[in-house]
Amino acid sequence: MRVRAQMSMLFHLDKCIGCHTCSVACKNLWTDRKGAEYMWWNNVETRPGTGYPTGWEDQDHYKGGWKRDEKGRLKLRLQSKPAAIAKLFFNPSLPELDDYYEPFTFKYGDLFDSPQGEHQPTAEPVSKITWQPIEITSGPNWDDDLGGSDVYAANDPSMNGIDEAIRDQMSEIERVVFNYLPRICNHCLNPACVAACPSGAIYKRSEDGVVLVNEDKCRAWRMCVAACPYKKVYYNWSTGKSEKCILCFPRLETGQAPACAHSCVGRIRYMGVLLYDADKIADVASMPEDQLLDAQLDMILDPWDGQVVAAAAAAGIESDWIDAARRSPVYQFVKVWGMALPLHPEYRTAAMMFYIPPLSPVISSIEGNLTRLDLPDEREDFELLEDLDKARLPVQYLANLFSVGDEEVIRKVLKKMLAVRTYKRRQSVDGEINESTLALLEAAGTTPEEVEAIYKLTTIPTIEERFVLPPYHREMSIETLNDPLAYKGATGFGPIESPRRGA
Amino acid sequence: MNNLLFVVFPYVAATLAIVVTIIRWRRHPFSVSALSSQLLEKRKLYWGSVSFHWGITVILVMHLVVLIIPDGIDYWNGAPVRLYLLEATGIALAVWAGVGLGILLYRRMTNLRVRAVTTRADMVVLGIIAVAIITGLWTAIGYRWGSFWGTAVFVPYVRSLLIFQPRPELVEALPWVIKTHVLTAFAFLVVFPFTRLVHIITVPFGYLTRPWQKVIRMSREPGVYHPASKKPLERIKS
Repeated sequence: MRVRAQMSMLFHLDKCIGCHTCSVACKNLWTDRKGAEYMWWNNVETRPGTGYPTGWEDQDHYKGGWKRDEKGRLKLRLQSKPAAIAKLFFNPSLPELDDYYEPFTFKYGDLFDSPQGEHQPTAEPVSKITWQPIEITSGPNWDDDLGGSDVYAANDPSMNGIDEAIRDQMSEIERVVFNYLPRICNHCLNPACVAACPSGAIYKRSEDGVVLVNEDKCRAWRMCVAACPYKKVYYNWSTGKSEKCILCFPRLETGQAPACAHSCVGRIRYMGVLLYDADKIADVASMPEDQLLDAQLDMILDPWDGQVVAAAAAAGIESDWIDAARRSPVYQFVKVWGMALPLHPEYRTAAMMFYIPPLSPVISSIEGNLTRLDLPDEREDFELLEDLDKARLPVQYLANLFSVGDEEVIRKVLKKMLAVRTYKRRQSVDGEINESTLALLEAAGTTPEEVEAIYKLTTIPTIEERFVLPPYHREMSIETLNDPLAYKGATGFGPIESPRRGA
Repeated sequence: MNNLLFVVFPYVAATLAIVVTIIRWRRHPFSVSALSSQLLEKRKLYWGSVSFHWGITVILVMHLVVLIIPDGIDYWNGAPVRLYLLEATGIALAVWAGVGLGILLYRRMTNLRVRAVTTRADMVVLGIIAVAIITGLWTAIGYRWGSFWGTAVFVPYVRSLLIFQPRPELVEALPWVIKTHVLTAFAFLVVFPFTRLVHIITVPFGYLTRPWQKVIRMSREPGVYHPASKKPLERIKS
């Protein structure tokens, strides 16, 4: 057992309202620069939809992630090592700027400087690359809230395997449904970007698992952009270097949650430490598809287990990190309650950001001019565990996103969420918990105690409960680099060389 | 004049190439990049970059082979068929590289997005290589058979430079076209460290042997040096 720690984020999709505050906080902090205008280290997508960049999940096209060959060996979908060298001069799987969008601004000056005329002056849109006038044809959230549209939702790769009838029904205006999917870098345990980098510029920090690009070593081969199945590595067209989400490590190191999580209006984000067994990574990543999800979750270790604690201490993990791992909300949701899943585990990168899938309303039908919910007439609870198939968002769709197509996994999670909701409603509205409620809980595989705990962490957690951040001990790290006395007051945060484009 | 162009110039060029490259590599590693513009334009780059790079790489390697084993080349050219084959291959590669370079030049001048990231240095680089390819082709076609007489002229000349006993008289009597071709090689060395050409020495052969994953932890053990502290920083574990 080789224990390592991972800072992991959890997204409670049932709480996400799609306000994009996270994206804006990230943009203002990190990517408001020349060459980085089109980068959205954090973005929020409307699902079903094609996402950002357009169609990023289509791995036949972009060749992202890993695959398991016939002999059960793990291979990068993008390239073998010799092929990488052969493809240095041109990388066919790389998205083009038009797969994202051409960054633009408006000529606001024209509003003030235009000569006197018959009409009001307008601020014309101009490209932020060429500074020429452009027609804006796409943007970072071009399909925002267009969940039911034929143009975007119909092209979502995760709609594969969903019954034609259900797909038709989903696009009917009375039944249209969508949810939001916020995405950052998954800081994978088996990152494809690291494996694809010919220069060896990308690495994973072992102390907290953050995946970073060393821009001094990056030589612009851009294999990382193609290899990342989540398309979360971006190429800065101005400096000629790759950039990606850094999990706000300068904030983490000073005890603050990442900007996206901290600014989250719906408080959907949680942050905490997970301990995992690094010896298992290779085996887990090359599992057959049906065992992939379980294997990945099995890799996460129990911080209360004495053996784990001993191995963690031997691996140099401080006791306050183990303590943080025990209080980690991510560990609670993922391992203790089994409610959170990684995004697209079939990419075999062992993604370390977790999602609680969203509930959705039940299907309605139209009778005459009235919309009628598809529910029996006798008084019952609104959400019924047996009626998950009547949820507007097909279970199969969520399974394609989070569980390699296994509906049972999703059903279990949704049932538990519904059980919590029903239990709390009966408690607070009806004022009594009866036999049928307890039976409901049992059917969902949970208990009143667990329900109360889930309710508390879901609905009324304090900021300290949502973000359990371990102390980073930067004072010791500085000691490994510099003489502390010489360092004191001498060095700040920032690049050693100004990040200008080379000639 | 001859001494200036064919003795002083090559030494200055080589010194610049080596010294400035080392300084740039150590002090400004951020500036070393292939500066790809594929994100901004893809289709023309495919036709231009692939043809140009493969064509020019093979030709440059062949130049190097001639310098290292001139006897082998002479032996190969012993039979006329083999000589024709070699020369024809060389010309074909040069045309391929030339067409690719033409596409790249056209792309840089006409595509607005690409023009936004084009510097004057980029145009100088493309210009020098264009002159090298044109004069090289001209030599191959107009002054046949280069691979045959070259071993008797260029190989001793370049070797004389390498052993610091320069013999410029070897190239003195050559036509101006061929002289220009030689001079472009030195011009190439001069601009090499100051422009994107440095990306040539970044070809990542290390990738072939390194482990897939790279995990770094801070430690006091000797290893790679932090550019700011010059003290051991990181130990690479896979």
